[in-house]
Amino acid sequence: MMPNETTLSRRGLFMKLGILFNGLVAAVLAVPIGRFLLSSITRGRANGFLSWVPLGNVNQFPEGETRLATFRNPLVMPTDGKTVDTACWVRRIAGDQFQVFAVNCAHLGCPVRWFPQSGLFLCPCHGGAYYRDGSRASGPPERGLFEYPYKVENGLITIQAGEMPTPGANAALMRKGQRCA
Amino acid sequence: MRLISEGSFSRIGAWFDRRLQLAAPIREASEHRVPRSTASWWYVFGSAALIVFCLQLVTGILLALTYVPSAGEAWSSLQALNHEISLGWFIRALHGWGSNFMVAIVLIHMMQVFLFGAYKFPRELTWIIGVFLLLMTLGMAFSGQVLRFDQDAYWGLGIGASIASRVPFAGPAIVKLMLGGPIIAGATLSRFFALHVFVIPGMLIGFVGLHVLMVFKLGINEWPMPGRIVKRATYLNEYHELTKKDGAPFVPYAIWKDMFFAAFILLAVAACAVWFGPFGPTGKPDPTIIQTVPKPDYFFLWLYALLSLLPPSLETPALLIGPVLVILGLLLLPFLSGEGEKSWKRRPIAVLTVLLLAITLGTFTHLAEYTPWSPQMNAWSAAPMPARFLRGTTALERQGALVFQSKQCRNCHSLADSGGQRGPALDSVAVRLTQDQLIRQVIQGGGNMPAYGKNLSPAEATALVAFLETLHPAGQAPARDAARDFALRQ
Repeated sequence: MMPNETTLSRRGLFMKLGILFNGLVAAVLAVPIGRFLLSSITRGRANGFLSWVPLGNVNQFPEGETRLATFRNPLVMPTDGKTVDTACWVRRIAGDQFQVFAVNCAHLGCPVRWFPQSGLFLCPCHGGAYYRDGSRASGPPERGLFEYPYKVENGLITIQAGEMPTPGANAALMRKGQRCA
Repeated sequence: MRLISEGSFSRIGAWFDRRLQLAAPIREASEHRVPRSTASWWYVFGSAALIVFCLQLVTGILLALTYVPSAGEAWSSLQALNHEISLGWFIRALHGWGSNFMVAIVLIHMMQVFLFGAYKFPRELTWIIGVFLLLMTLGMAFSGQVLRFDQDAYWGLGIGASIASRVPFAGPAIVKLMLGGPIIAGATLSRFFALHVFVIPGMLIGFVGLHVLMVFKLGINEWPMPGRIVKRATYLNEYHELTKKDGAPFVPYAIWKDMFFAAFILLAVAACAVWFGPFGPTGKPDPTIIQTVPKPDYFFLWLYALLSLLPPSLETPALLIGPVLVILGLLLLPFLSGEGEKSWKRRPIAVLTVLLLAITLGTFTHLAEYTPWSPQMNAWSAAPMPARFLRGTTALERQGALVFQSKQCRNCHSLADSGGQRGPALDSVAVRLTQDQLIRQVIQGGGNMPAYGKNLSPAEATALVAFLETLHPAGQAPARDAARDFALRQ
């Protein structure tokens, strides 16, 4: 008998079922694989990467001066080595009044340096400059330095940290904040 | 000796070929006729890229015998390669210089293919795969720089993350996907290791195979003659006629030049490796060490310069839209001009485009090498004040020279060609600005200069401006506000 186009042979059906079967297995496997690949994003959404980390006693930071402080990232994996140690600039204005800046330039993230003589933060990469209060002075950055939220309790200064500040991420945070307000 | 005669060799060969059945296709590929004109030194860059790729595969595997892809240990394992393991430095240097050569050769190959019109019908897909090969080569270059896990790699990742974060809406998610978490850490290095060692090389091998296969199937592009126009309807017959009338077998007629150039390039890589040694690693990837000047490897220096020179408002659109346009343009090129003139002698716009791109990239690369836009962080304390600026000055003016150094003006402004180049040189600033304009510029800033009003006492500002007013050539009077002079005389 000649097979015509409308009928489906037994082997043809099995081949199609075989494709379907493989497709189903692929779809089932795609779920855990996809979740594994995206875990670095979804984990942050579930628990958040941020927590409060101590910088030290407030007396380490003289009034009217800006000093470099370091802290350990709240999330640490065994292979991280020194990369979880982070630096930040702490400016004690007066008393319990502080500003804590990320070292990352708001342009492309290079580490800015503080020059007390001229009262400027300068970036070595593309020459971004910021005033002592972190606001933009000149150069390619579009905004001032990133600031960590801080609180002073029992003479101890702690900051909310855990995520590398980037221009886009911080803009997204600001959008969220505006929606809440 | 009689035992192993030619006859037994051919019998062993025949035994294998009955099972592998590769002799016929290999013979066909090597004996296929190519236009005599293509046996040229201009046609050697593709095979040179292939040979350097092979070198990278071999040296990469050798490095992997020692390298530890862990943020805590990668740097020390590179130090061990450099200093403890016999000839480890040489294998690192070969791999590093191999990557520089590979990027350069791939770019030259692409330029030659473009100028010779080789992307036109029927070789459009060969060009498109070539564009992907270029992107993968650049991907290997960047990920390789990350694996050299030092300060440049760490802050380079930060720059990459800062650029990626600017993608609308998805930016923060892309950053976390790229870094493998919220910060640059162990997970970041591990995933760049997977990219550099498994994902991109795997794709490269597959795409290189297709690329070379198509060169054999479609035939190498003939030497372009002005006036010989490519038409879809007739080209294949014309090419066939050409190889019949004026062709020669690829082996050995054309391949000997490829072989000579390949060996020369390998020798050049080895010579650079011996002479200049391996790249880095620079300082430890410790984010608490901020006394660092991160810089990318040479193939991304042009981008580093561009990022400094773009106006801030243009930067994000240029970063996000620019690459898309460039890649789209490259991919669409064979469809936009798939027919017509091949010879560069009749394609002035093509030649000018290549020249413009080469000069632009070269200029930006050169600029990035000495970063005139970055303040010289130690000029204020290190660069001496030339005596001629102080000779015959008053106490107030000398006080101003002191303010000029101690307030770090020198970091951005040079005097007698020493100091930063971020701002204009001030050797003759008094000719350009009047006293009032100098005061205003110092106090309020403007242009690209920060305002120093809050950081200078009135006495310091007065002294500084008094010093700046002395900065004019001997025979040239300082700028004066004529109206002010008149008002004071009244």
